[in-house]
Amino acid sequence: MLKVEFDEDRCKGCELCTDACPKHIVIMADHFNAMGFHPATVVQQEKCISCGFCARMCPDVVITVRKEEKK
Amino acid sequence: MITVFERPKALTAVKTHYCPGCTHGIIHRLVAEVLDELGVQEDTIGVSPVGCAVLAYNYFNVDMQEAAHGRAPAVATGIKRVHPDKVVFTYQGDGDLASIGAAEIVHAAARGEKITTIFVNNAIYGMTGGQMAPTTLVGQVSTTSPLGRDAALQGYPLRMSELLATIEGAAYIARVSVHNPQEVAKAKKAIKTAFELQIAGRGFTLVEVLSTCPTNWGYTPKEALKWLVDNMIPVYPLGVKKTLEEGRV
Amino acid sequence: MAKVLMKGNEALGEAAIRAGCRYFFGYPITPQNEIPQYLAKRLPEVGGVFLQAESEIAAINMVYGAAGCGARVMTSSSSPGISLKQEGITYIAGAELPCVIVNMQRGGPGLGSIQPAQADYFQAVKGGGNGDYRLLVLAPATIQEIVDLMGKAFDLADEYRNPVMILGDGILGQMMEGVEFPAEETPVTLAAKPWATTGAKGRKPNVINSLFLDPIELEKHNHHLQQKYERMAKEVLWEDYKTDNAELVLVGYGSSARIAKAAVDLARAQGIKAGLFRPITLFPFPKDALQEACKHAKHVLTVEMSMGQLVEDVRYNLEFKVPVHFYGRSGGMVPTTRAVLEEIIRWAKSGKE
Repeated sequence: MLKVEFDEDRCKGCELCTDACPKHIVIMADHFNAMGFHPATVVQQEKCISCGFCARMCPDVVITVRKEEKK
Repeated sequence: MITVFERPKALTAVKTHYCPGCTHGIIHRLVAEVLDELGVQEDTIGVSPVGCAVLAYNYFNVDMQEAAHGRAPAVATGIKRVHPDKVVFTYQGDGDLASIGAAEIVHAAARGEKITTIFVNNAIYGMTGGQMAPTTLVGQVSTTSPLGRDAALQGYPLRMSELLATIEGAAYIARVSVHNPQEVAKAKKAIKTAFELQIAGRGFTLVEVLSTCPTNWGYTPKEALKWLVDNMIPVYPLGVKKTLEEGRV
Repeated sequence: MAKVLMKGNEALGEAAIRAGCRYFFGYPITPQNEIPQYLAKRLPEVGGVFLQAESEIAAINMVYGAAGCGARVMTSSSSPGISLKQEGITYIAGAELPCVIVNMQRGGPGLGSIQPAQADYFQAVKGGGNGDYRLLVLAPATIQEIVDLMGKAFDLADEYRNPVMILGDGILGQMMEGVEFPAEETPVTLAAKPWATTGAKGRKPNVINSLFLDPIELEKHNHHLQQKYERMAKEVLWEDYKTDNAELVLVGYGSSARIAKAAVDLARAQGIKAGLFRPITLFPFPKDALQEACKHAKHVLTVEMSMGQLVEDVRYNLEFKVPVHFYGRSGGMVPTTRAVLEEIIRWAKSGKE
């Protein structure tokens, strides 16, 4: 499972998540989603710290955030 | 892996009609998160306004009533008087609350009506295409103040939180913003406090949320957040204007 | 139980309570203030809620909220205040909510006068608010009739999920008459309302709404409402008074019907075959009964406290087959029996010339 997962077809390309991310790993993809927007995405999953700031700023509940369970 | 963030149950999966970057989406979600955390989703009845949020009844996963423009506090009063044990909230924009509904919100507060109002202030009329609102800033351009709001002709913006905080029946009046993740967290806390005080029967509670309208302001969503910080916060200072929380003045 | 002497407004309030109404939202306006005042004392006694709202607009919206929760709820006002409520009323009709709205009519237009009138007939039966909707309108003529119709008013509101208007006037509201109430122990069976907002426990959320942004959906909704109003047609109520062989039929409702009835008796004493047709439901209009009552009529005379509103519906429902005349007073002036009798004599004579 991904630490930060984007439901691309909900994204309206507003880019608020890109500024929210303290690790600057949220980017806008080159492709278009079904609504015609460039959806936000994270490629560098390993750099995600599961802070959830991107999801907090997202107006469209695009993002699900998970973190690794401590063993 | 454990999930640390997902869609709250009190929000439906329906994709909203709001413009890209419109902060309505954030505010809806915060209300839903709070209802989930307080465990009151099945005991909540919400009232949607006339404005961009007119379709809020499709987004909140609770019993909803659609109100006439400005009348949500009166509708909520009827609901709460019939179901005093339920959680009742209104969700209103600046036209709904500060213009046509000015009497209704004042009197709901005066009666100490045990409802919670979420007041979305974006200094403009969104749904109808960008007209001047009672909250539009002096000098701000809108379709009905094309040369910028002229105080001599069109008066000054209303600071509703400060006004309502003077009313004895108000138990909690706070103004928050959602322009970055830290402010979003503070906004959520204020919304939660407002609902908690309603449930505790302390009186009328309201959270004014400074919000953006990228489309009608003419900015990108990110630029709009900056405009909010630079222009709205000086006119609409953030903070708790009145509270009956234990241990707080 | 025994008869009590009561003021109309107060009897109306008591009747609502006997009919199971437990929520009232209103605002002061002459000549109906005794309704909120009476209920302010009485509703708390029966565990109900009385609230004086900040305006008639706020009051009708509180009614909307309460009705949406499934409560038996009422508001009252008088002409200018009823004008304020029109938006709320159309929302209630569009959202299909039950409630009772009382109009104790006074002189108009505008602020008008505080004396009785019947100049809100158009507003009551033709709309007043925007859109294609109808109120079920009841027009009592005595205080006893107010009491007798009140239970029906709430029951019909629930059955049809529609606002019901009680169209009274300042005379009915202010006068005092002997009246008998149903026994307090009479149980009121309330209909189940699965559509109401009560907190969505164990079910999908309910939405109370009159907005249908898709025009295909809104048209369907309008057809649905019209079918409801067609079903309402069976609720017609009326009174025939000496119409069997009447050659001159008076038509009136409420207080002016009582005056007309007295004039009919005086006319009969003079050998004029007069009669009175009194609609009790103004919508649905008792068209068939009106036509039956006027089957021998050479003239029909509508008596109203207005400049002529009911008279249009009388002409329309008689399909213009009989000459229909109008006599009215306005501005709060009340027709006298003598004046109505003179009109009867005038039209009775006219056929003989």
